[in-house]
Amino acid sequence: MSKDSNLAVRLVRGFAMFWWDFLVGDTPELFVGALVIIAVVALLSEAGHHNAAAVVALPVLAIVALALSVFRAQRAARRKRG
Amino acid sequence: MSIFATTVSSGVVVLVGAVFLACIVEMVEALTIVLAVGHTRGWRSAFEGTAVALVALTALVAVFGPALIHVPLSVLRLVVGGVLLIFGMQWLRKAILRASGLKAMHDEDEIYAETVAELEALGTRPDRDRVAFVMAFKGVFLEGLEVVITVLTLGTSAHRLGLAATVAGIAIVLVGIVGVAVARQLSSVPENAMKMGVGVLLVSYGTFWTGEGLHVRWPGNDTMLLVFAALYLVVTWSMVALLRRESPKVNTEVAA
Repeated sequence: MSKDSNLAVRLVRGFAMFWWDFLVGDTPELFVGALVIIAVVALLSEAGHHNAAAVVALPVLAIVALALSVFRAQRAARRKRG
Repeated sequence: MSIFATTVSSGVVVLVGAVFLACIVEMVEALTIVLAVGHTRGWRSAFEGTAVALVALTALVAVFGPALIHVPLSVLRLVVGGVLLIFGMQWLRKAILRASGLKAMHDEDEIYAETVAELEALGTRPDRDRVAFVMAFKGVFLEGLEVVITVLTLGTSAHRLGLAATVAGIAIVLVGIVGVAVARQLSSVPENAMKMGVGVLLVSYGTFWTGEGLHVRWPGNDTMLLVFAALYLVVTWSMVALLRRESPKVNTEVAA
Protein backbone atom coordinates (compact mmCIF):
# COMPACT_ATOMS: atom_id res chain seq x y z
CA MET A 1 0.00 0.00 0.00
CA SER A 2 1.42 3.40 -0.96
CA LYS A 3 2.17 6.21 1.50
CA ASP A 4 -0.71 8.31 0.07
CA SER A 5 -3.34 5.58 0.51
CA ASN A 6 -2.06 4.93 4.06
CA LEU A 7 -2.59 8.59 4.86
CA ALA A 8 -6.05 8.52 3.26
CA VAL A 9 -7.03 5.45 5.33
CA ARG A 10 -5.77 7.13 8.52
CA LEU A 11 -7.69 10.31 7.73
CA VAL A 12 -10.93 8.43 6.97
CA ARG A 13 -10.52 6.32 10.11
CA GLY A 14 -9.80 9.43 12.21
CA PHE A 15 -12.85 11.19 10.75
CA ALA A 16 -15.08 8.16 11.46
CA MET A 17 -13.69 7.84 15.01
CA PHE A 18 -14.35 11.51 15.67
CA TRP A 19 -18.01 11.18 14.69
CA TRP A 20 -18.37 7.88 16.59
CA ASP A 21 -16.98 9.49 19.77
CA PHE A 22 -19.02 12.63 19.19
CA LEU A 23 -22.38 10.92 18.63
CA VAL A 24 -22.11 7.57 20.43
CA GLY A 25 -19.14 7.71 22.83
CA ASP A 26 -20.00 6.23 26.21
CA THR A 27 -23.71 7.00 25.97
CA PRO A 28 -24.93 4.64 23.21
CA GLU A 29 -28.39 4.70 24.82
CA LEU A 30 -28.79 8.37 23.86
CA PHE A 31 -27.78 7.65 20.25
CA VAL A 32 -30.29 4.77 20.05
CA GLY A 33 -32.87 6.95 21.82
CA ALA A 34 -32.52 9.67 19.18
CA LEU A 35 -32.98 7.10 16.38
CA VAL A 36 -36.11 5.73 18.09
CA ILE A 37 -37.47 9.28 18.51
CA ILE A 38 -36.93 10.02 14.81
CA ALA A 39 -38.57 6.72 13.78
CA VAL A 40 -41.63 7.21 16.02
CA VAL A 41 -42.17 10.85 15.03
CA ALA A 42 -41.67 9.99 11.33
CA LEU A 43 -44.36 7.30 11.66
CA LEU A 44 -46.75 9.68 13.40
CA SER A 45 -46.12 12.72 11.23
CA GLU A 46 -45.17 11.47 7.77
CA ALA A 47 -47.05 8.17 7.61
CA GLY A 48 -49.98 8.67 9.98
CA HIS A 49 -50.51 12.43 9.64
CA HIS A 50 -51.04 12.65 13.42
CA ASN A 51 -49.47 16.08 13.91
CA ALA A 52 -50.76 16.63 17.47
CA ALA A 53 -49.39 13.25 18.60
CA ALA A 54 -46.03 14.02 16.98
CA VAL A 55 -45.90 17.45 18.73
CA VAL A 56 -46.32 15.73 22.11
CA ALA A 57 -44.28 12.58 21.40
CA LEU A 58 -41.05 14.31 20.35
CA PRO A 59 -40.25 16.19 23.59
CA VAL A 60 -41.72 13.45 25.81
CA LEU A 61 -39.53 10.76 24.18
CA ALA A 62 -36.48 13.04 24.51
CA ILE A 63 -37.18 13.41 28.25
CA VAL A 64 -37.65 9.63 28.60
CA ALA A 65 -34.33 8.95 26.80
CA LEU A 66 -32.51 11.48 29.00
CA ALA A 67 -34.07 10.08 32.19
CA LEU A 68 -33.15 6.49 31.28
CA SER A 69 -29.56 7.52 30.59
CA VAL A 70 -29.27 9.50 33.85
CA PHE A 71 -30.73 6.68 35.95
CA ARG A 72 -28.44 4.19 34.19
CA ALA A 73 -25.50 6.33 35.35
CA GLN A 74 -26.96 6.45 38.87
CA ARG A 75 -27.16 2.63 38.94
CA ALA A 76 -23.54 2.46 37.77
CA ALA A 77 -22.52 4.80 40.62
CA ARG A 78 -24.38 2.62 43.15
CA ARG A 79 -22.70 -0.54 41.81
CA LYS A 80 -19.32 1.18 42.12
CA ARG A 81 -20.04 1.91 45.79
CA GLY A 82 -20.88 -1.75 46.31
CA MET B 1 -46.40 42.34 12.65
CA SER B 2 -46.11 41.82 16.41
CA ILE B 3 -46.53 38.04 16.02
CA PHE B 4 -43.81 38.05 13.36
CA ALA B 5 -41.52 40.07 15.61
CA THR B 6 -42.14 37.70 18.54
CA THR B 7 -41.43 34.54 16.54
CA VAL B 8 -38.27 35.97 14.99
CA SER B 9 -36.92 37.21 18.33
CA SER B 10 -37.65 33.86 20.07
CA GLY B 11 -35.55 31.99 17.53
CA VAL B 12 -32.79 34.59 17.59
CA VAL B 13 -32.64 34.71 21.40
CA VAL B 14 -32.30 30.92 21.66
CA LEU B 15 -29.77 30.81 18.80
CA VAL B 16 -27.61 33.58 20.28
CA GLY B 17 -27.83 32.07 23.79
CA ALA B 18 -26.92 28.55 22.65
CA VAL B 19 -23.98 29.61 20.47
CA PHE B 20 -22.66 32.13 23.03
CA LEU B 21 -22.74 29.76 26.02
CA ALA B 22 -21.39 26.77 24.06
CA CYS B 23 -18.48 28.88 22.76
CA ILE B 24 -17.64 30.21 26.22
CA VAL B 25 -17.62 26.73 27.80
CA GLU B 26 -15.45 25.22 25.05
CA MET B 27 -13.08 28.18 24.87
CA VAL B 28 -12.51 28.25 28.64
CA GLU B 29 -11.35 24.62 28.32
CA ALA B 30 -9.07 25.46 25.39
CA LEU B 31 -7.65 28.54 27.14
CA THR B 32 -6.83 26.52 30.26
CA ILE B 33 -4.65 24.21 28.16
CA VAL B 34 -2.97 27.09 26.28
CA LEU B 35 -2.19 28.93 29.55
CA ALA B 36 -0.74 25.77 31.09
CA VAL B 37 1.41 25.17 27.98
CA GLY B 38 2.52 28.82 27.84
CA HIS B 39 3.47 29.05 31.52
CA THR B 40 5.33 25.73 31.46
CA ARG B 41 6.99 25.52 28.04
CA GLY B 42 7.06 29.14 26.83
CA TRP B 43 4.58 31.33 25.03
CA ARG B 44 6.01 31.29 21.53
CA SER B 45 5.15 27.68 20.65
CA ALA B 46 1.86 27.89 22.61
CA PHE B 47 0.77 30.88 20.50
CA GLU B 48 1.96 29.23 17.29
CA GLY B 49 -0.04 26.07 18.05
CA THR B 50 -3.09 28.19 18.88
CA ALA B 51 -2.75 30.25 15.70
CA VAL B 52 -2.40 27.20 13.42
CA ALA B 53 -5.44 25.57 15.10
CA LEU B 54 -7.49 28.74 14.53
CA VAL B 55 -6.45 28.81 10.85
CA ALA B 56 -7.41 25.12 10.46
CA LEU B 57 -10.82 25.77 12.09
CA THR B 58 -11.42 28.82 9.87
CA ALA B 59 -10.60 26.69 6.80
CA LEU B 60 -13.12 24.05 7.96
CA VAL B 61 -15.85 26.69 8.29
CA ALA B 62 -14.94 28.15 4.88
CA VAL B 63 -15.17 24.72 3.21
CA PHE B 64 -18.18 23.17 4.95
CA GLY B 65 -20.23 26.33 5.62
CA PRO B 66 -21.12 27.13 1.99
CA ALA B 67 -21.46 23.39 1.15
CA LEU B 68 -24.19 22.94 3.77
CA ILE B 69 -26.35 25.56 2.05
CA HIS B 70 -26.76 23.20 -0.96
CA VAL B 71 -28.25 20.37 1.15
CA PRO B 72 -32.10 20.20 0.90
CA LEU B 73 -33.55 22.10 3.87
CA SER B 74 -35.73 19.33 5.35
CA VAL B 75 -32.85 16.80 5.16
CA LEU B 76 -30.47 19.36 6.71
CA ARG B 77 -32.92 20.13 9.52
CA LEU B 78 -33.53 16.44 10.28
CA VAL B 79 -29.81 15.62 10.39
CA VAL B 80 -28.97 18.78 12.36
CA GLY B 81 -31.93 18.18 14.69
CA GLY B 82 -30.81 14.60 15.34
CA VAL B 83 -27.20 15.64 16.00
CA LEU B 84 -28.26 18.49 18.31
CA LEU B 85 -30.68 16.20 20.15
CA ILE B 86 -27.91 13.66 20.87
CA PHE B 87 -25.27 16.31 21.61
CA GLY B 88 -27.65 18.30 23.85
CA MET B 89 -28.79 15.22 25.79
CA GLN B 90 -25.12 14.27 26.36
CA TRP B 91 -24.40 17.75 27.78
CA LEU B 92 -27.54 17.74 29.93
CA ARG B 93 -26.81 14.26 31.27
CA LYS B 94 -23.30 15.29 32.29
CA ALA B 95 -24.52 18.54 33.88
CA ILE B 96 -27.29 16.71 35.81
CA LEU B 97 -24.83 14.09 37.12
CA ARG B 98 -22.37 16.80 38.20
CA ALA B 99 -25.04 18.98 39.84
CA SER B 100 -26.42 16.00 41.77
CA GLY B 101 -22.96 14.90 43.00
CA LEU B 102 -22.87 11.67 40.99
CA LYS B 103 -19.96 12.90 38.91
CA ALA B 104 -16.99 15.06 39.89
CA MET B 105 -17.24 18.73 38.93
CA HIS B 106 -15.12 19.82 35.99
CA ASP B 107 -12.14 21.49 37.64
CA GLU B 108 -10.11 23.88 35.46
CA ASP B 109 -7.46 24.16 38.21
CA GLU B 110 -7.03 20.39 38.12
CA ILE B 111 -6.77 20.36 34.31
CA TYR B 112 -4.21 23.16 34.54
CA ALA B 113 -2.15 21.30 37.17
CA GLU B 114 -2.35 18.00 35.23
CA THR B 115 -1.21 19.65 31.98
CA VAL B 116 1.66 21.45 33.74
CA ALA B 117 2.78 18.20 35.47
CA GLU B 118 2.62 16.31 32.17
CA LEU B 119 4.72 18.96 30.40
CA GLU B 120 7.26 19.33 33.21
CA ALA B 121 7.82 15.58 33.22
CA LEU B 122 9.01 15.88 29.61
CA GLY B 123 12.02 17.91 30.78
CA THR B 124 14.02 20.06 28.35
CA ARG B 125 12.51 23.13 26.76
CA PRO B 126 14.06 23.86 23.34
CA ASP B 127 13.67 27.21 21.57
CA ARG B 128 11.03 25.85 19.18
CA ASP B 129 9.07 23.47 21.36
CA ARG B 130 7.27 20.77 19.34
CA VAL B 131 5.47 19.37 22.41
CA ALA B 132 4.10 22.78 23.39
CA PHE B 133 2.98 23.42 19.80
CA VAL B 134 1.16 20.08 19.53
CA MET B 135 -0.49 20.43 22.99
CA ALA B 136 -1.75 23.95 22.24
CA PHE B 137 -2.89 22.93 18.74
CA LYS B 138 -4.76 19.86 19.98
CA GLY B 139 -6.43 21.76 22.84
CA VAL B 140 -7.66 24.61 20.66
CA PHE B 141 -8.53 22.46 17.61
CA LEU B 142 -10.54 19.80 19.44
CA GLU B 143 -12.47 22.26 21.63
CA GLY B 144 -12.86 24.60 18.65
CA LEU B 145 -14.25 21.78 16.51
CA GLU B 146 -17.23 21.50 18.86
CA VAL B 147 -17.75 25.26 18.50
CA VAL B 148 -17.59 24.93 14.69
CA ILE B 149 -20.15 22.11 14.67
CA THR B 150 -22.48 24.09 16.96
CA VAL B 151 -22.17 27.25 14.85
CA LEU B 152 -22.56 25.47 11.49
CA THR B 153 -25.50 23.29 12.52
CA LEU B 154 -27.46 25.96 14.39
CA GLY B 155 -26.53 28.75 11.97
CA THR B 156 -27.38 26.98 8.71
CA SER B 157 -30.64 25.47 9.99
CA ALA B 158 -31.88 28.84 11.19
CA HIS B 159 -30.56 30.56 8.04
CA ARG B 160 -28.48 32.78 10.33
CA LEU B 161 -24.95 31.50 9.82
CA GLY B 162 -23.57 35.06 9.84
CA LEU B 163 -25.20 35.85 13.18
CA ALA B 164 -24.07 32.53 14.72
CA ALA B 165 -20.48 33.09 13.52
CA THR B 166 -20.47 36.67 14.84
CA VAL B 167 -21.76 35.58 18.26
CA ALA B 168 -19.14 32.80 18.36
CA GLY B 169 -16.42 35.33 17.45
CA ILE B 170 -17.54 37.70 20.23
CA ALA B 171 -17.58 34.85 22.78
CA ILE B 172 -14.09 33.69 21.75
CA VAL B 173 -12.64 37.23 21.95
CA LEU B 174 -14.37 37.77 25.31
CA VAL B 175 -12.95 34.55 26.77
CA GLY B 176 -9.52 35.49 25.39
CA ILE B 177 -9.55 38.95 27.02
CA VAL B 178 -11.00 37.79 30.35
CA GLY B 179 -8.78 34.70 30.33
CA VAL B 180 -5.60 36.73 29.88
CA ALA B 181 -6.74 39.18 32.58
CA VAL B 182 -7.58 36.57 35.20
CA ALA B 183 -5.00 34.06 33.92
CA ARG B 184 -5.24 31.14 36.34
CA GLN B 185 -8.64 31.82 37.89
CA LEU B 186 -10.66 30.10 35.18
CA SER B 187 -12.01 27.68 37.77
CA SER B 188 -14.23 30.51 39.05
CA VAL B 189 -16.28 30.32 35.82
CA PRO B 190 -19.56 28.56 36.73
CA GLU B 191 -18.99 25.95 34.06
CA ASN B 192 -21.57 23.37 35.10
CA ALA B 193 -24.41 25.91 35.25
CA MET B 194 -23.42 27.14 31.80
CA LYS B 195 -23.15 23.59 30.49
CA MET B 196 -26.65 22.92 31.81
CA GLY B 197 -27.93 26.04 30.03
CA VAL B 198 -26.28 25.01 26.77
CA GLY B 199 -27.65 21.48 27.10
CA VAL B 200 -31.18 22.83 27.57
CA LEU B 201 -30.84 25.08 24.51
CA LEU B 202 -29.27 22.38 22.31
CA VAL B 203 -31.98 19.83 23.17
CA SER B 204 -34.62 22.52 22.53
CA TYR B 205 -33.15 23.25 19.10
CA GLY B 206 -32.69 19.53 18.44
CA THR B 207 -36.36 18.87 19.23
CA PHE B 208 -37.49 21.78 17.07
CA TRP B 209 -35.37 20.98 14.00
CA THR B 210 -36.01 17.23 14.16
CA GLY B 211 -39.74 18.04 14.09
CA GLU B 212 -39.28 20.53 11.24
CA GLY B 213 -37.27 17.95 9.27
CA LEU B 214 -40.12 15.44 9.71
CA HIS B 215 -42.73 18.07 8.70
CA VAL B 216 -44.24 18.43 12.17
CA ARG B 217 -46.23 21.70 12.32
CA TRP B 218 -45.31 23.32 15.64
CA PRO B 219 -48.05 25.45 17.24
CA GLY B 220 -46.68 29.01 17.49
CA ASN B 221 -43.76 28.20 15.13
CA ASP B 222 -40.43 29.47 16.56
CA THR B 223 -42.09 30.38 19.89
CA MET B 224 -42.09 26.63 20.65
CA LEU B 225 -38.32 26.95 21.18
CA LEU B 226 -39.00 28.94 24.36
CA VAL B 227 -41.64 26.41 25.47
CA PHE B 228 -39.14 23.57 24.95
CA ALA B 229 -36.40 25.48 26.81
CA ALA B 230 -38.73 26.04 29.79
CA LEU B 231 -39.89 22.39 29.72
CA TYR B 232 -36.36 20.95 29.60
CA LEU B 233 -35.18 23.35 32.31
CA VAL B 234 -37.94 22.16 34.67
CA VAL B 235 -37.18 18.51 33.82
CA THR B 236 -33.45 19.08 34.45
CA TRP B 237 -34.03 20.73 37.84
CA SER B 238 -36.47 17.97 38.80
CA MET B 239 -33.94 15.25 37.90
CA VAL B 240 -31.19 17.00 39.89
CA ALA B 241 -33.49 17.38 42.91
CA LEU B 242 -34.61 13.73 42.69
CA LEU B 243 -31.04 12.42 42.39
CA ARG B 244 -29.84 14.63 45.27
CA ARG B 245 -32.64 13.36 47.49
CA GLU B 246 -32.05 9.71 46.56
CA SER B 247 -28.26 9.78 46.81
CA PRO B 248 -27.27 12.69 49.06
CA LYS B 249 -23.88 11.29 49.98
CA VAL B 250 -22.83 9.80 46.68
CA ASN B 251 -19.57 11.23 45.43
CA THR B 252 -18.48 8.33 43.29
CA GLU B 253 -17.49 9.43 39.82
CA VAL B 254 -19.21 7.53 37.03
CA ALA B 255 -18.12 7.17 33.45
CA ALA B 256 -18.78 10.30 31.41
